[in-house]
Amino acid sequence: MFYCKVDYRVLLSFSDWLNKWKDRLYLNFVASGRYKYLVRGLWMTLRITFFAVLLGIALGVVAAIIRSTHDKIIEEIRPGFGKFLLRFFNLIVKLYLTIIRGTPVVVQLMIMYYVIFASSTNAMMVAILAFGINSGAYVAEIIRSGIMSIDAGQFEAGRSLGFNYIQTMIYIIIPQAIKNILPALANEFIVLIKETSISGYVGIMELTRGGDVIRSRTFDAFPPLLAVAIIYLIIVVFFTKLVSMLERRMRNSER
Amino acid sequence: MSAEIKTGEVLISVKDLAKHYKNKAGEIHALDGITTDIKKGEVLVIIGPSGSGKSTFLRSLNLLERPTGGTITFEGQDVMSPKNDINKLRQKMGMVFQHFNLFPHLTIMDNMTLAPKKLLKMSQEEAEKKALQLLERVGLQDRADTYPSQLSGGQKQRIAIVRALCMSPDVLLFDEPTSALDPEMVGEVLDVMKDLAKTGMTMAVVTHEMGFAKEVASRVIFMDAGKIVEEGTPEEIFDNPQNERLKTFLAKVL
Repeated sequence: MFYCKVDYRVLLSFSDWLNKWKDRLYLNFVASGRYKYLVRGLWMTLRITFFAVLLGIALGVVAAIIRSTHDKIIEEIRPGFGKFLLRFFNLIVKLYLTIIRGTPVVVQLMIMYYVIFASSTNAMMVAILAFGINSGAYVAEIIRSGIMSIDAGQFEAGRSLGFNYIQTMIYIIIPQAIKNILPALANEFIVLIKETSISGYVGIMELTRGGDVIRSRTFDAFPPLLAVAIIYLIIVVFFTKLVSMLERRMRNSER
Repeated sequence: MSAEIKTGEVLISVKDLAKHYKNKAGEIHALDGITTDIKKGEVLVIIGPSGSGKSTFLRSLNLLERPTGGTITFEGQDVMSPKNDINKLRQKMGMVFQHFNLFPHLTIMDNMTLAPKKLLKMSQEEAEKKALQLLERVGLQDRADTYPSQLSGGQKQRIAIVRALCMSPDVLLFDEPTSALDPEMVGEVLDVMKDLAKTGMTMAVVTHEMGFAKEVASRVIFMDAGKIVEEGTPEEIFDNPQNERLKTFLAKVL
């Protein structure tokens, strides 16, 4: 038999430590209902992310269609108004992609809030717009590279059967490209949910800012920040799992 | 639509076809004044060294490549005119590619019935009936529900041929149909093509299979540097070549 001798003083200091943390947690999360800052913050984070993703996908799809249509068929189109229009829109989209991907999202957010929508009182709307427009640029590249990754022979086979450009896209290219696009798109969502943590810059009470408010009330930084980090981590791990499940299912359907 | 074209009449008429473009090496003449007629029921085989423009010529016929000069008339219609719908014309010009280009996300049956259903507005049953008949013809009726990745190269190319046939085209264009195949699979694809030729299908074939050209072709075109250098029956081309370049080419490949 082994006896484990533990100095009673160690036990005492451990229970001391435990008690101290109990007090800290109580002070930071329970007293004055401070946990509500985190709950409301999380709800705001999720709302901003959700609508920004929707806007981002809408913008991204349009931008990707213009870019890849331009790259694939500009040579085929006869000179005229249609060709001019496609060139023009392609230029606009390129400009959009360059500006958005070339500047920090926090700067874009502040320009939106303090300059473009300076008169708006709906900060959440401004944040959704800023993150949606930002995300759209990355989504556009995800979709475009998904479309471009399909072998040119697939496109030619569709056209040689008599399908026009749009039919070839819908029946042949997109169904194959979706396998590359969907997982990358889900990853973009994961990135976005973390990026919204900068909304505090324009005074939005989202998750990170919620934690920060608690810190400013209790002068105890670690517990609220730890809680915020854990909440982000749980969400991201959950979605990562979801993405890998999605990827596995898509691989299975490939045969 | 134009009047019914009878066997022996001109189906595709090509005049002064040119494709010139500039790149780093200077002005390239991929096609340099091609003039020829493809008659209904004819099997035209196009041979020549790589880079001679034979694939470019074939792919120009249905505008997968856009020529920079000349005219192509198919069933009396100017292929390059904006007034004619190229998508409608392509429905009548089937094409078979070197790399098969089957749609990997669709079953063999769906590969074959997609275009007839969507473009010819055939019913599901009608399209499937036709597809099954064609599959039986190439001995692959038991593969209807499998996916392209489960087939061998030779099987894929046979499917690609019948997929094109599902649209009931008036001409079939073959762009090096056996070049990507393992040697033991070349025969099965050539057999399908020979059968097709016997049924009176109009075919234009770019190939390196000289045996096929000798046996099946009604006319052989030898191309070099974007031009038709020599043209004639298989006997004339293979047994009695006139041009020096054709002679050296044949000496290398035969």
